[in-house]
Amino acid sequence: MTSVYPPSIKPSPQRLLILCLLALFIAAPFAVYPVFLMKGLCFALFAAAFNLLLGYVGLLSFGHAMFFGFSAYITTHAAKEWGWTPETAILLGVLTAGVMGVVTGWLAIRRSGIYFAMVTLAFSQMMFFVALQAPFTHGEDGIQGVPRGHLFGLFDLGDNVVMYYFVLAVFTGSLMLIHRIVTSPFGQVLKAIRDNEPRAISLGYEVERYKLLAFTLSAALSGLAGSLKALVFQLVSLTDVHWHMSGEVVLMPLLGGVGTVFGPAMGAFMIVAIQDYFSEAGSWVTIIQGVIFVVCVLLFRNGVLGVLAPALKKRGIMV
Amino acid sequence: MTIKLRGAAAGLAFLGSIGAAQAQISDGVVKVGVLTDLSGIYSQIAGEGSVAAARLAIDDCLKAECTGMKIELLSADHQNKADIASSKAREWLDVQKVDALVDNVNASVQLAIHTLVKEVNSVALTPGGTSRLTNENCAPENAVQWMWDTYSQVAGVAEALTTPGSTWYFLTADYAFGHQLEKDATAIIQAKGGKIQGALRHPFNNADFSSFLLQAQASGANVIALANAGADSTNSIKQAKEFGFGDKQKMVAFLLMLPDIHALGLDVAKNTILTEGFYWDVDDGTRAFSKRFEAIYKKGKPSQIHAGVYSSVRHYLKAVAFGKTDNPKAVIRKMHELPISDDVVRNPRLRPDGRMVHDTYLLRVKTPAESKGPYDYYQVLEVIPGDKAFKPLKDSLCADLKK
Repeated sequence: MTSVYPPSIKPSPQRLLILCLLALFIAAPFAVYPVFLMKGLCFALFAAAFNLLLGYVGLLSFGHAMFFGFSAYITTHAAKEWGWTPETAILLGVLTAGVMGVVTGWLAIRRSGIYFAMVTLAFSQMMFFVALQAPFTHGEDGIQGVPRGHLFGLFDLGDNVVMYYFVLAVFTGSLMLIHRIVTSPFGQVLKAIRDNEPRAISLGYEVERYKLLAFTLSAALSGLAGSLKALVFQLVSLTDVHWHMSGEVVLMPLLGGVGTVFGPAMGAFMIVAIQDYFSEAGSWVTIIQGVIFVVCVLLFRNGVLGVLAPALKKRGIMV
Repeated sequence: MTIKLRGAAAGLAFLGSIGAAQAQISDGVVKVGVLTDLSGIYSQIAGEGSVAAARLAIDDCLKAECTGMKIELLSADHQNKADIASSKAREWLDVQKVDALVDNVNASVQLAIHTLVKEVNSVALTPGGTSRLTNENCAPENAVQWMWDTYSQVAGVAEALTTPGSTWYFLTADYAFGHQLEKDATAIIQAKGGKIQGALRHPFNNADFSSFLLQAQASGANVIALANAGADSTNSIKQAKEFGFGDKQKMVAFLLMLPDIHALGLDVAKNTILTEGFYWDVDDGTRAFSKRFEAIYKKGKPSQIHAGVYSSVRHYLKAVAFGKTDNPKAVIRKMHELPISDDVVRNPRLRPDGRMVHDTYLLRVKTPAESKGPYDYYQVLEVIPGDKAFKPLKDSLCADLKK
């Protein structure tokens, strides 16, 4: 008995899973609080962008808060002070993050390992200083009361549900882009560099150019996440450029699974959920966070999805 | 059968008329949400103490005006992140139907919350913080600012200590907040004929103040003012002690509170001059309140933020009880109408911009020899009347007032 489906549209477990996830997210705002979901999606995008560098090139950046936060500052400033529409304001933020990525990446990728992390941290601290001092960022007050505006002049993003679908669309698109990047020949080269850099060089690849492009893409996507988050909350504060943020985004892929497409997003949701839902636990919240991290690291060496990945792969599901 | 039904209907109508007083309160319960820093740097001056203070205010009101009302208290840790605060607050307001957001310690959180309550029409009761809350970012129809603000912390000291010819030297944290403190103080000092000898900017969260302190000492100014907060203030005071300040030059701190003094110890902090809107040992009322507060909090006397949470929540609930509604704007209007009276504040008056004006105190930290026991830390040098302690209403930058 052969399958009734023509081979091309046979619903592989992979497709089914993605469709189920998508359906789940489309229905989610009616069950879960949309602002929480949006926050989760923004951080999921941030974590996925970061993972592009950590998981596929093997570069641990400790300064990604600068792209996330600074893009947020630029977007909110454009939306609030210059009255730009959300899409153009976000675009400007992403562009800024991308340019910052080129400049800082150009210097940072010359080193690897701990030195790379320190160089990126140093740049990030410089940008924190700028955010603290520059008049347009309003120091520790941050930029507040940013209008969400109308998307393409049509959709009123002031409504949480409309905003949610916008964020979901951007998130889905970006995740598809990331998936496309890592499965492309370019992505294969990145993985080759990660696994054995000297061999990649000996094969004639210009390793630095690949690294710089990956770094820039990661920076721009992190910027996109920051801009979105700033519009969701209608504010940006020093928290977004602080090195704590760079630390959090390292934790997210680690919890969910480094080097998987969905792992970082899952890790991001876990951290955001802990932050939000345990915030009523009072002074215990940091201790609870700590215990969860320790348990996860002990039980799931490669992150929650990272551990499940081999079993899922047997069933034809790539995470 | 019909008669029976009619009787039942009449009975229902009767019950309905009794319920009318309660009907104005949405979902029949008043929910107060304390949004504070339970685990970070502000957890001593706000934190659990703020939750305890709100609890006390609710208990007190239930024994008085609020008899028979249902009042619930919620609390959450915003971890000093404006986005956590904002998402928690939105969820509280949208899903849990919280009626008032209280405490909101930390400037970026306060601004986020005040913007939010204005947008979605709710209530914020903020015990203190940045003076922008009643100026550039004011929300007079939805929010009040109770105990202190960055202006009153400066004004109390600067007004009282400036005599014609006195000289000042600033140690300023180099970001918007520090600059604002310095600017406010400079205006007051110059108006009273004082002279600014100089000002030094130090980085935010600085560890080593020695070079700054030595320059300040060498300037010979009468008063050395710390236009910084938190760890920056306590570190500069600790290090100033090493250099032997305090004999000829007065050390003034703009943003230091009782729990900070407790942490520093009198030997280090002695003779520092500062302003607070509340001190537990002022009169019988404040002492009685502090005793009751301590019974709940168990970790010490109330800070001015704790006192502010108590006083603002108490007055808010009173306004709900008298106005028989929890409609945000109606309650705020009622809060403006009703006289404020409790054990905490003296000569209080709620101004149209949402600023609560009351007496503040100019305080000197006692030496270990003068102190009779734990928390006997301040000598009240002067009571500063509300009109002098706060920025005058005519100078307010609140755009909503000019409409």
